[in-house]
Amino acid sequence: MDYNKPLLESVEPDYINEMTARREPIEKARNMAGAAATTIISFGALAGTAFGQDKKLPGKIVDVLNFALTLEYLEDEFYRTALGSSRLIPSDTQDVFGQISKHEVAHVALLKSVLGSKAVAKPNFDFTAGGAFGDVFSNYQTFLAVSQAFEDTGVRAYKGQAGNLKSNDKILTVALQIHSVEARHAAMVRRLRGETPWIVGDSRGTLPAPTQPVYNGEGNTTQGGANVAGLPGMSTRIASQAFDEPLSKAEVLAIAGLFIRK
Amino acid sequence: MTKIFKSDDKENNLEINIEKLSSRRTFLKFSSAAALTAVAFGALNPESLSAKTAFLGLPIDDDKSGAVDLGKGDFGVLNYAYALEQLESAFYTQVLNTRYSGMSSSEQAILTDIRDNEIAHREFFKVALGKKAIPALQVNFTTINFNSRDSVLNTARTFEDTGTSAYNGAGQLLKNPEFLLIAGKIVSVEARHVATIRDLLQPSSAYFSGDDVTDPATGLDPARLPAEVLPLVQPYIRTRVTGNKLPKPKN
Repeated sequence: MDYNKPLLESVEPDYINEMTARREPIEKARNMAGAAATTIISFGALAGTAFGQDKKLPGKIVDVLNFALTLEYLEDEFYRTALGSSRLIPSDTQDVFGQISKHEVAHVALLKSVLGSKAVAKPNFDFTAGGAFGDVFSNYQTFLAVSQAFEDTGVRAYKGQAGNLKSNDKILTVALQIHSVEARHAAMVRRLRGETPWIVGDSRGTLPAPTQPVYNGEGNTTQGGANVAGLPGMSTRIASQAFDEPLSKAEVLAIAGLFIRK
Repeated sequence: MTKIFKSDDKENNLEINIEKLSSRRTFLKFSSAAALTAVAFGALNPESLSAKTAFLGLPIDDDKSGAVDLGKGDFGVLNYAYALEQLESAFYTQVLNTRYSGMSSSEQAILTDIRDNEIAHREFFKVALGKKAIPALQVNFTTINFNSRDSVLNTARTFEDTGTSAYNGAGQLLKNPEFLLIAGKIVSVEARHVATIRDLLQPSSAYFSGDDVTDPATGLDPARLPAEVLPLVQPYIRTRVTGNKLPKPKN
């Protein structure tokens, strides 16, 4: 991987240096372990070609990335606050949430580095959603519920924006690489809550009613006009859970807006 | 969303208009005979198949199977996905037909759901591709010990991580935004699968999205191109699969 190419040096050189420095020991460790999965399209590829030669990102892409950044800000602050709250997360799942938090921190840094001066500021969050989740940082079950809602929303949000990134293959690919990580998070948190890792119909399961907009539309069983539920061996349940559904930007902001102070 | 297909499946007829799938007009009609064939091939009830014929329900026939080329353009990419889904669905079908000893009821429920999800993906691609679909591939699972939980779950992890990286890398190769959306709908389910399989291997740990797969510095999952994925999966596919005409990434 080539780190010598000018990346966003006009934007945030410190960040890039930091990323490079952080990566080197990781690469070394991987090589020593001999277990490195080759990441063809990774941060290095993004850094080397996507922006260094094209510093003016189209407004449409800036909008999508700022939308994504807002969601990542939300998740990042949420998990850092939770991990800093004493006696909230039990010791046996600290590693799970430490890993999720690490990824959200990285996603914020990555998106900010790409956006540079065009990055939106972090909003002020209210993770109780005006009191609906008043004990979110003192009751583990409430924390888990909000976590699941955030992760499942994040998956749907990235999915809904993929088409808007088609003009830039590198950025599209990075968005997809974040998208699948959010899906891993969602599945893991759902398992901790005793839910199926995949979304069945449009069911919010045991989540409280205010989270229903996170799941509306997930019961769709028609893909590209084909009724998957009617294919051999299929049922409505399988046809729904086998495909995750997108949310529009407006739908996502309506959900996330509950947690943003006006 | 713009409809890509129009479906009408009353009276066992499923008519799919895929003229918008490409610049060429194509009209396919799937009759009840096709549905019956699919049943005969084991798509309907994998449990009923014997282990001997469980590989996609087809008898193993080494010598007559020549190489299968995935083709070009969006259809090539969709056939690439179809090939991966064939592999995954055949694998889980075999896992459930010859269960490893000590498979818990919760593990069985998870593996059954994953099998059914993969079959849904496979059947979707088959019907979406219609006449452009590659044939059923023959698999080669001789290196997998289906009696061993460790072998089964680690193979599942490999297939699902590979599949997720394959979809992540293939998105940029698709021209039609509707296909990109559908690929996005599938890849997050594959990622849910692998997080779950990884949680079965190392419960309640960081392994569900471990540093061995998700880059800890960037928080990104891998994205692999077909040229890297095909050699990884070919050892498990008896039929030789070629993808030389698949689209290449720009730059």
